[in-house]
Amino acid sequence: MNFEDNAQEASYRAKVRSWIEANKPDLSTLAPDQRLIWAEGHKAAMHAFQKAKAEAGFACISWPEEWGGAGGSQIEEAIFAQEEAHAGLHLPYFMTGLKMLLPALLEHADNDLTRARIQPAMRGEEIWCQLFSEPSSGSDSAGIRTTARRGGEDEWIVNGQKVWNSGAQFADFGMLVTRTDPDKPKHKGLTAFWLDMRTPGVEVRPIRTMAGDSELNEVFLEDVRIPDAQRIGPVDGGWAVVISTLMNERAAIGGSAGLNWPEMIDLALAIRTREGSAMDDPAFRDWLAEIYINAQAKRLLTFRTLTALSRGETPGPEGSASKLIWTALSQDLSSEALDLLGPFGLIDDPELSPLGGAFQQRFLWSAGIRIGGGTDEIMKNVIAERVLGLPGDVRVDKGVPFREIPHGR
Amino acid sequence: MNFDYTDDQKALKDEARRFLADVCSPDTVRAVLDDPLADFDRQLWARLVEQGWCGATIPEAYGGHELGYVELCALAEELGRAIAPVPFASSIYQFAEGLLAYGSDEQKRELLPQVAAGSVIGTIAFAEPPFAPDTAVGSTRFEDDRLSGVKLPVIDGMAATHAIVQAMDQAKEGLYIVDLEADGVTRERVSTIDPTRGAAKITFDKAFAQPLGDSARIEAIEDRAAILMAFEALGGADRALEMARDYALERYAFGRPIGSYQAIKHKLADVFVKNEVARANAYYGAWALSTNAAELPVAAAAARVSAGNAYWQASKENIQTHGGIGFTWEADCHLHYRRAKHLSLAIGGVREWKRRLTDRVEAAYRSHRSAA
Repeated sequence: MNFEDNAQEASYRAKVRSWIEANKPDLSTLAPDQRLIWAEGHKAAMHAFQKAKAEAGFACISWPEEWGGAGGSQIEEAIFAQEEAHAGLHLPYFMTGLKMLLPALLEHADNDLTRARIQPAMRGEEIWCQLFSEPSSGSDSAGIRTTARRGGEDEWIVNGQKVWNSGAQFADFGMLVTRTDPDKPKHKGLTAFWLDMRTPGVEVRPIRTMAGDSELNEVFLEDVRIPDAQRIGPVDGGWAVVISTLMNERAAIGGSAGLNWPEMIDLALAIRTREGSAMDDPAFRDWLAEIYINAQAKRLLTFRTLTALSRGETPGPEGSASKLIWTALSQDLSSEALDLLGPFGLIDDPELSPLGGAFQQRFLWSAGIRIGGGTDEIMKNVIAERVLGLPGDVRVDKGVPFREIPHGR
Repeated sequence: MNFDYTDDQKALKDEARRFLADVCSPDTVRAVLDDPLADFDRQLWARLVEQGWCGATIPEAYGGHELGYVELCALAEELGRAIAPVPFASSIYQFAEGLLAYGSDEQKRELLPQVAAGSVIGTIAFAEPPFAPDTAVGSTRFEDDRLSGVKLPVIDGMAATHAIVQAMDQAKEGLYIVDLEADGVTRERVSTIDPTRGAAKITFDKAFAQPLGDSARIEAIEDRAAILMAFEALGGADRALEMARDYALERYAFGRPIGSYQAIKHKLADVFVKNEVARANAYYGAWALSTNAAELPVAAAAARVSAGNAYWQASKENIQTHGGIGFTWEADCHLHYRRAKHLSLAIGGVREWKRRLTDRVEAAYRSHRSAA
């Protein structure tokens, strides 16, 4: 048991640390409101940094060289990501494309038109979004009803609606999954494409979430014409593309920044009670012990993932457990913080509320992280079926033509 | 970065599992459970001694094998999985660790080789009647080399030949080594919820005792034991989950395996997550133990609380998954249910250790904030 880099990892870390130090953008020259993620100033600065990364071979470290990557290891990529986060750099704009979608695109690409999308994405010039989920296809991710039918010899016409598309309003390209044959069983009639988000007939409408932000979108597709050359994988072979992106998602290491037990102690010490502070309340102290073991587990499970990567192995099931631990922790922690504050917990005015209202913001936002990226219920199914080896539920949609599967409105 | 067992440690653990499957089957555990006069399995104890387990972390100079503490954690995990009916935790994690930390060279020379050879079985006696559980010092007194008082319950108190006993002298609390087979010591077997690990009421009436150093702290001994016992609980929790999973696959209701119902799947997924929380915290404890890290007290409390939570959840949901058959004496489910509670109470309950955890986390927080 040790937490140290081996000699090779340590020298790689030293190399990337000094490179990041020498090349990182100076955000302090931006106006305060431009330093925030998704602000134009921040986005431009990160685009320039991503370009520098691509030129230095740090954009896609673990990709094979024939894809334009550095042919490095997963642990090297993880070390770079750690050092990047350590330097306060956040590049969410490029992550969906580079971590999830483009590796799947490359795996299934069969022409140069498609491969030509890779270099601009690596340089941060083209941003990608995922167009998978639909109003009636969330956890049931193969229940896609957006249709693609042959338009002419070499093109397809797409109609339907996508939803929960993160960053679609900023994206240049999207990866799209459609139904091409409703007479085949659910997973067998899907086809994947990529498309320019400025293609006529594509309309992006931001969704305002209960937390007040509008990062998620609905995307409407009306008679959208897509060349056949932009098809990814065979006709009716789209499910394999979806699986590839999900596998990539699982290998990515999530950050765990944000409110945690030290902020709870700060808060408790600041709350005056007859006994002194809320930190003197035995019920709070008992709660803190429980939250601490879960917060530690979340942190330590990342080291388990890194250990697997360091050995060149595929990370184990800790990822699914980790997501459940993190989302429960986030929601419990913010609720407890508001409870400690009593009536003051109601106030979300940044001027009046501790940490500028961060607990109140997390209280609202944490309801969503239990749903996005695999709901609690789906994560538990994943653990039960893939880790514990329990059977899948009885399915009424297996082997049945898609159009005959019962559905709601 | 290696937050896991090494390949050698994994090989040791696998070998330990095979060995215990052979010498410590559920029937072995039941033999102790069903015999009101059995305090532990002497034959199994002899086999563990033969394997060198009792001297695993004892230095060679004192007759041990000087293996690392991560190796001892691996053995603990397997002993917990097998619900081994032996006084290993008392004698090795507590008595031997107490001697190693605080004993004089003479005390170590006299006792540790015998601990490694299994002929001395040690334990720790702190709790006193009535209901002074959290290592509080009650009425036990040390004066002129003699110790008097009553300790209850003393885990493995019937099996043990020696004990480290907490007592007051004229000035302060301290720890004393007592030969339990000498004059002035009376022992009575006490019935407990886990008869596979016996307990005793021990009355000391001017029993000869020698101080264990002059700065011995029972909390520090308990911290080291807490990490090793967390591994026993983790091994048990993993096994209880496996039992529930296996049964959920073979038991059919309404025409399909009960393991295909989400009510069962999600319940067992929750158990899995709790076990992963326990495993992460236990591994961190193993790291702290093997490096004598400054974080050891926090890591120990976190390991103990999370392992206690996990084994409790896994053992009770194992019974629930089995349904009626799980409630019978015949099924093995209750062996885990009993051992889970035994492990989480033996050196102070989860409630007490949550108190210690928050105290220590707060202290670490304050020193970090004042340094920043």
